[in-house]
Amino acid sequence: MSLVSINNVHKYYGSNHVLKGINLEIGAGEVVSIIGRSGSGKSTLLRCINGLEAYSEGGVVVDQMEVVYDDRQIRKLSKSVGMVFQSFNLFPHLTVGQNIMLAPKLVRKLPESEAKVIAQEVLAKVGLAEKIDSYPAELSGGQQQRVAIARSLAMNPKVLLCDEITSALDPELVGEVLKVLEDLAAEGMTLILVTHEMNFARDVGDRVIFMHQGLVWEEGDSKTVLANPQTPELSKFINAVL
Amino acid sequence: MSVFSDWDILRNLLLAARWTVVLSLIAFAGGATVGLLLTMMQVSGRTLLVRFTRLYIELFQGTPLLMQLFLVFFGLSLMGLEVSAWFAAALALTLFSSAYLTEIWRGCIESIPRGQWEASRCLGLSYFEIMRHIILPQALKVAIAPTVGFSVQIVKGTALASIIGFVELTKAGTMLNNATFEPFKVFGMVALLYFLLCYPLSVASRKLERKLNVAR
Repeated sequence: MSLVSINNVHKYYGSNHVLKGINLEIGAGEVVSIIGRSGSGKSTLLRCINGLEAYSEGGVVVDQMEVVYDDRQIRKLSKSVGMVFQSFNLFPHLTVGQNIMLAPKLVRKLPESEAKVIAQEVLAKVGLAEKIDSYPAELSGGQQQRVAIARSLAMNPKVLLCDEITSALDPELVGEVLKVLEDLAAEGMTLILVTHEMNFARDVGDRVIFMHQGLVWEEGDSKTVLANPQTPELSKFINAVL
Repeated sequence: MSVFSDWDILRNLLLAARWTVVLSLIAFAGGATVGLLLTMMQVSGRTLLVRFTRLYIELFQGTPLLMQLFLVFFGLSLMGLEVSAWFAAALALTLFSSAYLTEIWRGCIESIPRGQWEASRCLGLSYFEIMRHIILPQALKVAIAPTVGFSVQIVKGTALASIIGFVELTKAGTMLNNATFEPFKVFGMVALLYFLLCYPLSVASRKLERKLNVAR
């Protein structure tokens, strides 16, 4: 039984057909990289998995819950699906600790003391235990993104969606964020990443999905797909990014 | 006929200035209360509520405050409701300031990046939790400086209440001028008193703006 099941999903923005029937099954513990040109629909697909974006047709099931664009269902889904963004989206008026503890307290209804323990745990996991009382503005981009990952982990999700989470970082800070992802993958976390980090996709990822014009153009084992592209579109894309 | 010394003029103006202050405070408090309600309606995203607030704002921003005062004062009495100049002035200024405050505050709320909403939603927070814990605390910081700045407009707006016979600073000035025939002196003092009321507010607004911008 797969953890994430995407069934013939279509998405239109007005007359613009962005997703043209996507079918995907992702199992627990898999690390899946979604690659493709901008505008190929990869971010939209990711945002359909946790209900941030409503799809027009088809169905998405995550952890045996149907994903529908509805506040109550999204609240329920948040306990299974975490998401990390390109622009971090930390809450600037709250400390790192408060950023992390907010959702466990409000959504999981944990008491302050328990939420604090969780915050310390997840921060230690991303190597930022000593930053619990800092404000986001006092951290580097890489540190902010690690806090954002920790904030998602505090909800104890089964799958973590990452939307180009290293694209806004200075090159020298990309490594520390990828390292955190690598650790998570080694622990068995299910990861679905929209990424331009081809090395990471090949070395850490299990599967690569190449999207083109709103379709899954090519997919398979990451090493095989990236080494032997079957379509001219993918080989062109690989040549362009490597 | 009694003779007014400069001190008499100033003393009477100062006494009347109290009512300018009181009217300003009432208008601000009333405007803020109604404005907060309208802001919530405006950002709720419900078509009907948004349209209503839009119309309300256009109406009060698109007509002179003086006409609003006349309509409230004479309009209500035409409908058989005898209202005092006090009540009419307070009501008209409340309606007027609520429209502007709504517009200011809506802008502040919408200035909070979309990503803050998205991240909160992904964490499972409800609309009200997001508003309460994420959006409003940040919007408040942005809103303080322009809100204090707008309070200057309210103070100056109260001058129009003199026309429907409410005795505040401007009305007292008119009356004193009628008694003394020294318009330059009297209205000079009136202007100075308005300035003394408004200047600290605009300085505060500028200081707050600088301070809060640094903190972001």
